[in-house]
Amino acid sequence: MTRKPVDTGDPDRLYMVTGGRTRTDDSFDLVTLVVTECEPTAGMQSEHVRILEMCRHPTALVEVAAEMKLPITVVRILLGDLLATGRISARHPPSTRSAASLPDTDLLKEVLHGLRNL
Amino acid sequence: MDSATSEVPSLRTPLSDAAETGLKIVIVGGFGAGKTTLVRSVSEIRPLNTEEVMTQAGVGVDETHQVSSKTTTTVAFDFGRISLSRSMVLYLFGAPGQERFWFLWDRLFSGTLGAVVLVDTRRMDDSWYAIDRLEHHRTPFVVAVNRFDDEPERYSLDEIRQALALPEHVPLVDCDARVRSSGKDVLIALVDHLYEMSLAQQAAQTPQAQ
Repeated sequence: MTRKPVDTGDPDRLYMVTGGRTRTDDSFDLVTLVVTECEPTAGMQSEHVRILEMCRHPTALVEVAAEMKLPITVVRILLGDLLATGRISARHPPSTRSAASLPDTDLLKEVLHGLRNL
Repeated sequence: MDSATSEVPSLRTPLSDAAETGLKIVIVGGFGAGKTTLVRSVSEIRPLNTEEVMTQAGVGVDETHQVSSKTTTTVAFDFGRISLSRSMVLYLFGAPGQERFWFLWDRLFSGTLGAVVLVDTRRMDDSWYAIDRLEHHRTPFVVAVNRFDDEPERYSLDEIRQALALPEHVPLVDCDARVRSSGKDVLIALVDHLYEMSLAQQAAQTPQAQ
């Protein structure tokens, strides 16, 4: 079992990527599906370009982070930028409910159906 | 300066364009309990690894003694993916069960459908803390015993339930994390359990007093 740490060795690089910002857009869940809404344009930050290329098909935030080898926090900031400028859309999970409430039975039925058909 | 025009190499199969709903299940277990193995056996993609950097501000007050000398903590975790239908995709996260990682629970895994606690009977102690925290957070879970060939003694599920002081209502199942169908059965056991709970909640109709 190897648990390879994502390469975040250089804090300066992360600082550059986010323009020094550390506040994240919490509306993005780990499994929020991100979809590109426009082509990258010249002069765009390379990380933004990469995200737009990656999300031509719906891609979860956590997959974006893994592929870009960037911490989730940093990816949340980058996605926030792209969402604010309308370059991506975000399909959020059903609810960011508290751990104490349960999903509805229709949703669970669909999940069960999917699992049984694997 | 930046020459980022090269094609991004990707081993991932893209999701269907109709994919709308991302769901989460967390697999918790001690070191070597088989979390990654389970994720790998049921995932449609090669498990990926990512990490979250937490600043101290996000740390629960009851755990701060663990990180008092640090301003940030990094936790890495594996995940896999299962497309359940054209519109629904399930992500499985392998989460370290050790005490020092649990302050991350709320941030990382809020909104999860439920959890699987993967138990290695040779190291049953590793599971107590995870079970305790899940109960505390009221996250629904099942316990899956990963059977290893070299178990010195094969405990029955009843014995394991007793050893873990696991309440009757929590499902306890055997599994072989290496086997896809077995991993799938564990997930079904969890979602079945959630379904029963959700039905009961619907029937009760009365909001529970906190």
